Amino acid sequence: MSKMNRIKDSTLSDKILDVIVCIVYAVFAFICVYPFYYIFINTISNNKLSEQGAVLWYPKQIHFDNYTAAFRIPSLGQAAFISVSRTVIVTLLVVLISAFTAYMFTRETLWKRKFWFRFVMITMYFNAGIIPWYLTMMNLKLTNNFLGYVLPGLVAPFYILLTKTYIEGLPKSIQEAAQIDGAGIFTIFSRVIFPVSTPILSTIAIFSAVTQWNSFQDTLLLMTNEKLFTLQFVLYRYLQSSSSLSSIVNSSSGAAALMAANAQTQTSIRMTVTIIVALPILLVYPFFQRYFIKGIMIGAVKG
Amino acid sequence: MTNTKRVQGYKEFLLILPFIMLVAVFCYYPLYGWIYSFFDYKPPLPFSWDSFVGLKWFKLMFSNPSYLRQTFAVLRNTFAISGIALAFTWLPMFFAVFLNEIKFAPFRKFVQTATSLPNFISWVLVYSVAFLLMNNSGMVNSTLQNLGITNAPIDFMKSSDHVWFNMWLWLTWKNVGWAAIMYIAAIAGVDAEMYEAARIDGASRLKCIRHITLPSILPTFFVLLLLNISNILNNGMEQFYVFQNSWNRDYIQVLDLYVYNLSTSKPPVYSISTALSMLKSVVSVALLFSANWLSKAVRKESIL
Repeated sequence: MSKMNRIKDSTLSDKILDVIVCIVYAVFAFICVYPFYYIFINTISNNKLSEQGAVLWYPKQIHFDNYTAAFRIPSLGQAAFISVSRTVIVTLLVVLISAFTAYMFTRETLWKRKFWFRFVMITMYFNAGIIPWYLTMMNLKLTNNFLGYVLPGLVAPFYILLTKTYIEGLPKSIQEAAQIDGAGIFTIFSRVIFPVSTPILSTIAIFSAVTQWNSFQDTLLLMTNEKLFTLQFVLYRYLQSSSSLSSIVNSSSGAAALMAANAQTQTSIRMTVTIIVALPILLVYPFFQRYFIKGIMIGAVKG
Repeated sequence: MTNTKRVQGYKEFLLILPFIMLVAVFCYYPLYGWIYSFFDYKPPLPFSWDSFVGLKWFKLMFSNPSYLRQTFAVLRNTFAISGIALAFTWLPMFFAVFLNEIKFAPFRKFVQTATSLPNFISWVLVYSVAFLLMNNSGMVNSTLQNLGITNAPIDFMKSSDHVWFNMWLWLTWKNVGWAAIMYIAAIAGVDAEMYEAARIDGASRLKCIRHITLPSILPTFFVLLLLNISNILNNGMEQFYVFQNSWNRDYIQVLDLYVYNLSTSKPPVYSISTALSMLKSVVSVALLFSANWLSKAVRKESIL
């Protein structure tokens, strides 16, 4: 009898637990997603209503003038070009280089293999600091130079470690078969290693792309030439500037019709640019989430 | 045979040499810059070996009253902000434990995706979100006014109140869902039969959590706690750089940000900034290796 009671009690407390847990997580998920939704509906709502803080749950008087206006900001197109270029170029190179160096580090014949591997890996744990790094970049003429975005990040120890672990987990037989057929290093790499490593390499690609897209500090430290500013940096400047961004946009538009209801305000432009900068991540993340998770899992069990 | 193997080894080394050189140039060569902390170096003037000043900058940091006050405030902020984060290291673990209690899989997946999303948003965007939600006509103020809680808008961003706590809140908003994934995986690895056995014996779900789930993910917690402790000086500068303004500066300036601010102040103080970042690096590496040593001693497992 007493046992029956216990089970009954526990199921009641289980149900209460269920309800509390669901509510708490629903609230937290809401807090994580709503800010982006809020900013988005404000960019497509009547700017006057938006300015009054009247757009909270759904868009009101939908229009897309803010986006067409954003494309008229001259610096924004250039910044988008820089952001996209660095993301694409660095990601492609990082994937190739990580795969190749990782493969070389798995070859036992490599001269002083252990030493060079540690030489690369240990750089994860220290850095010289901002000023020595800046002075190095200056000496190498990489300040105000697009290569300043590319070169420092090409050899990424963590990605090499991930790929090396992955390649070592592959059956040795596939490499040996190719070797017996007389294939050289490059053939084995391009025909065998690279194709079979695509699961880990796509994980690296997605991590690297997000890192590159989000990168802010290197622009801050290295670049003074506005032509080399990234979207992240331009957004930051818009948030800081007290100068009237809106007047730039509105005067260059020249259309009287625009001035009526949807004249761009400081806030409307900030919101629109925020959405433009966040959009790639917001669109990509839900679909590639499993790749992100795989990356952190393999990273956690590294040897 | 061994000779051809050795030649092969050299050849292979030549193939990765360009990448070894990139590492040498961008990670090792900058360490040479640490000597600036022993010299009176004023760029753009050329560096001169005559300007050797020994430990002058290190002494200055701890003797000159205005620097001492600054250093003290910066260390206070660093330890406060890291300390709050450290005190809440358990949060992602409990987040994962209770997330796992949601039986309806689509909802659980949705929560996981939604809460780990902010981790992939840059700090600039987080700041932008904060700015747009918290400003005078933003969502937070209009809601507070609609509900009649406040009459006038509160400018949250331009405030020196609760800076440490606010920084922790934003960090948590950004990270907690993602940090929980490690624990979710660890929980997935727990033997399901243990739960069944416990349920048959009449254990409630809270009891299952306490006696089965928590003990099995405690090793993961221990590793992350150690890593957090060894990172106590490394808050990074990006979060604090984007959130800093003249209202909150006294409370937001952590070590990483201070090093940057010193180098961009007018006139720039390169030498002191370098000295500080060098001290920071050395202490951090020492902390990391002690944490690793501790982990090896206690758990027979390395965390590096």
